[in-house]
Amino acid sequence: MTRRLIAGTALALIFGVAAQAQDGPINITTYGGAFGAAVNEAFVKPFTAETGVQATMVDNDNPPATLKAQVEAGNITSDVFDVEQSDVLRLCDEGLIEPIDPSILPAAADGTPAEDDYLPQALHECATAIMVWSTVIAYNTEAFPDAAPTTVADFFDTKTFPGKRGIIKRPKYALEFALLGDGVPADEVYDVLSTPEGVDRAFAKLDSIKDQVVWWEAGAQAPQLLADKEVSMTLAYNGRIFDAIVDEGKPFAFVWDGANLDMDYWVVPMGAPNRDVAMQFIAFASDPARQADLSKYIAYGPPRESASASVGTYKDGTTEMAPYLPTTPENAERAVVNDAGFWADHDTELTERFNSWLAGA
Amino acid sequence: MAVPTYATPLERIWHYAYLVICGLIFFFLIAPIIVIIPLSFNAEPYFTFTDRMLSFDPEGYSMRWYRSLLTFGMQNPDATGWAFWSDAWQNANWVKAAKNSIIIGVFSTLLATVLGTLAALGLSRPEMPFRRAIMAILISPMIVPLIITATGMFFFYSNPCELLGLVGLPTNCGRLAGTYLGVILAHATLGIPFVIITVTATLVGFDQSLNRAAASLGANPRTTFFRVTMPLILPGVISGALFAFVTSFDEVVAVLFIAGPEQQTIPRQMWNGIREQISPAILAVATLLVIFSIALLTTVELLRRRSERIRGVTPR
Amino acid sequence: MANALDPHAAIATTATGLTDGALRTADGRPLVRALARSQSLARRRAFLLVLPLLAFILITFVVPIGQMLQRSFYNDGFSAHMPQLSQWFADNPRGVEPDDAAWTALATDLQAAAEGRTIGIVGTRINYDVPGTRSLFTSTGRQVRRGLEPPYQAALLDINEDWGSPQLWSAMRNAATPLTGNFYLAAVDRSRADDGSIVQVEERQQVYVMLFMRTFWLSLVITAITFILGFPIAHLLATLPMRKSNLLMILVLLPFWTSLLVRTTSWMVLLQQQGVINDVLVWLGVIGGSQRLQMIYNQTGTIIAMTHILLPFMILPLYSVMRTINPSYVRAARSLGATSWTAFRRVYFPQTLPGLGAGALLVFILAVGYYITPALVGGSSGQLISNMIAMHMTDTLNWSMAAALAALLLGAVLLLYWVYDRMVGIDNLKLG
Repeated sequence: MTRRLIAGTALALIFGVAAQAQDGPINITTYGGAFGAAVNEAFVKPFTAETGVQATMVDNDNPPATLKAQVEAGNITSDVFDVEQSDVLRLCDEGLIEPIDPSILPAAADGTPAEDDYLPQALHECATAIMVWSTVIAYNTEAFPDAAPTTVADFFDTKTFPGKRGIIKRPKYALEFALLGDGVPADEVYDVLSTPEGVDRAFAKLDSIKDQVVWWEAGAQAPQLLADKEVSMTLAYNGRIFDAIVDEGKPFAFVWDGANLDMDYWVVPMGAPNRDVAMQFIAFASDPARQADLSKYIAYGPPRESASASVGTYKDGTTEMAPYLPTTPENAERAVVNDAGFWADHDTELTERFNSWLAGA
Repeated sequence: MAVPTYATPLERIWHYAYLVICGLIFFFLIAPIIVIIPLSFNAEPYFTFTDRMLSFDPEGYSMRWYRSLLTFGMQNPDATGWAFWSDAWQNANWVKAAKNSIIIGVFSTLLATVLGTLAALGLSRPEMPFRRAIMAILISPMIVPLIITATGMFFFYSNPCELLGLVGLPTNCGRLAGTYLGVILAHATLGIPFVIITVTATLVGFDQSLNRAAASLGANPRTTFFRVTMPLILPGVISGALFAFVTSFDEVVAVLFIAGPEQQTIPRQMWNGIREQISPAILAVATLLVIFSIALLTTVELLRRRSERIRGVTPR
Repeated sequence: MANALDPHAAIATTATGLTDGALRTADGRPLVRALARSQSLARRRAFLLVLPLLAFILITFVVPIGQMLQRSFYNDGFSAHMPQLSQWFADNPRGVEPDDAAWTALATDLQAAAEGRTIGIVGTRINYDVPGTRSLFTSTGRQVRRGLEPPYQAALLDINEDWGSPQLWSAMRNAATPLTGNFYLAAVDRSRADDGSIVQVEERQQVYVMLFMRTFWLSLVITAITFILGFPIAHLLATLPMRKSNLLMILVLLPFWTSLLVRTTSWMVLLQQQGVINDVLVWLGVIGGSQRLQMIYNQTGTIIAMTHILLPFMILPLYSVMRTINPSYVRAARSLGATSWTAFRRVYFPQTLPGLGAGALLVFILAVGYYITPALVGGSSGQLISNMIAMHMTDTLNWSMAAALAALLLGAVLLLYWVYDRMVGIDNLKLG
């Protein structure tokens, strides 16, 4: 008897109990980690408090893959997913996510309709942006006591600003960045990169500092490289550097010139059991005040222009968030908005060329 | 190992040089393991010796990473007493990962050991047909590069019944990817070659006449197996099982490809700790695991000595 | 084969058995048949013991790998969702210019794919061959959903003139049959020209052949270094008294059982420019503060870390073979006048070859498939082919390409495995 009980418990432990979808309570799947925690504080808990509908956060390290699997198996356990821009295009083209009617999104406080208030590319027929993050230059202030770098060109100038450079080891971000460093205006980057000459130009620019580059792959490596003084300047995800500055007191600083903006989006899987509640949640989370509130927990910017002004302080209560956000107007002046459509078309080709270039002497 | 009395002076010098070289190689083997221990007490979230650590300033050291093993992922890390521990047990990411690692490790080891030992018994019988070919297939999970195995498993486990379509059966029977069963099966597959190799090696030294003696004395095959064969090959089986367990316990590629968020194991959590969210917490885990490994190794050593006593082999 | 007999079978020859010239058992059956029977019974029993595991490995390992390899030459992303155009390609050989029927088929298929939301899949398939066409399909799809009027050729060219590109039509023709060798061609830096002939891709796109060569070369170097470092250690362990050698063995096994990720991380700590080794060298005055060595994020880092990780795989098989070598052979050689070097070279070393073979096979094969360590410490020049397989699996989602690369790698490894089995025998593999 005891033995059977133990076996039963063990089985239950292993296989878990399949959660059945019901009406009302919704599940929200995000990439988890610090971002998941911030979403929970800024959107999920207030949603439950205001509407009385139970909403639960689910952490997942690959939400689009899970979404695809759930829709194809007809067993959808989450009603709202957090995915990246490139996934939005693919999932929408493959009919795996519901269209979102922009008229459900609340207008800005001054009455500007949502469609005019969102940043370009932040609204998609199947998705709305949650937040804006960026890939940006960060440097160790101890490395440059005399004059701080201010432009992308300074990044490529290893004479005036000595030291190694950290760059992400993939063509996305690196190539756009090289063109900006070569003097291409931010709004022409993808036009230039669409031509063979433009690609050559980007590689030539990277070539000029190739022997000075330390390549990193995962977001956490960039602050590590700066902290170890392996590099004096690096491309990095802004959230990581913010944590190092504010939470760990590291002597790091940003150069916002040439930042590459990217967004995460809310999507609803096709055939979600609580589709209407899911839409209600998305509308709730699109409120400019709520979006500004997210920046209290994490250094990501709101995707609506009207929200930027109402961004307050970090959860420590003293740090003003605006100088650290990619969406703050003065930071976004020479920013590029990442074009996921371009990368869907050219990823394989440019990745092969990039790897070939990296491997070459 | 002493120098023979007939050695020339040159040979003596060479002998001591050889011992020094061996010492250096041992140092090479062990240095990376030693270096992680002090770093696990780093007060800063980076994998570097800070100036304060090097000057032995107590400020440079802290237990924060050991504490974070418990608190990371907890709902309410400031609670005290019972509430703290029950929260840690249920929610702390590393505790969950440890539970997953143990569940997956234990079940995959059981599966690998039972199947592997049976097969090794069959393989070591001289009548076994196609012995070499079958052995080659059974060992292949160790030989095929892990990246290929993991890739193949990723597709297969996403829809294990796809091939049934060829014989007209329904092709959708759920997923194994993202389930405990899937990871357990994958890890059992990876551990099996170790069980086969160690158990067949033990069986080479096994005197088959003992089985015949038992049989002639009236024991049925089951009794013979459990009362005669099993006790004698047990050290080999245990050592194979340990290899299988360690394989599962340290495996990250297959977990990366086929596990879901519910099956995060310790190595998977470490992978996060190196790539996504740099944190010396992984060094604290590593330090704990080194202690665990030493305990395991001591067990193996004791078992080996016991087996030698049973078999009557005196250690040289 | 006396021991092949089932111990329960009562076997006896009787005097009567000899009368008709054949041996018989006690119950009167011919001995030959009884023997054959009991042998086949024993065979079946042995096989039954192996069967569960064999079935398990076949289902969870061999079948998945076979299924994965199938993707390298079978991709129906285009043909399944563009049936009419695929049929047109089947009916008209290469060289026939697309006619009205072709354009109509294209337009109908595009409309159906746009409605069925499969156009992204179709575009992705063609994008492998002609970069930049994914958006051509998806944007055209959005327009044709609003309706398309004949003549279709003009209508499609009106939407985007790229629809007239011969390169595009050639790529669609290649994709129209699900069976394709194109992924293998791409895996060896070749592609199909518009007329169907095989050409090398542009020099700056060539990467895979070079990476395969580098993978094999680095694996060879690592195997050689593990041999140089592992041989003295194995020899020392094998000649020391058991109790001492078991203690030292813990030093070998401890790294073996410490998480791979931890060891890789600790090499990062040791090797980086501001790391422990450089610090010590600067402190000793061997190098100046500004000449710190670059030992990580390049091939050096990959070689050092992988050598450390794979060294136990060389030591353990060598050790288990060396343990069995009788020391009196070397003594005999010495007493017959051989110098210690000759005795080692001519007597001792040849006896270690099976262990060396097993160790070298294990190390080489594990090195060839390594993914984690090069990904973390490899930098740009330490990347191996496995990193490309992983990249196609998880980033570009070009699974057919990943499968083709994996198939080539697997082929090379199996060849080695086969050679090893011929020369040493796979059943001689030992671990500790």
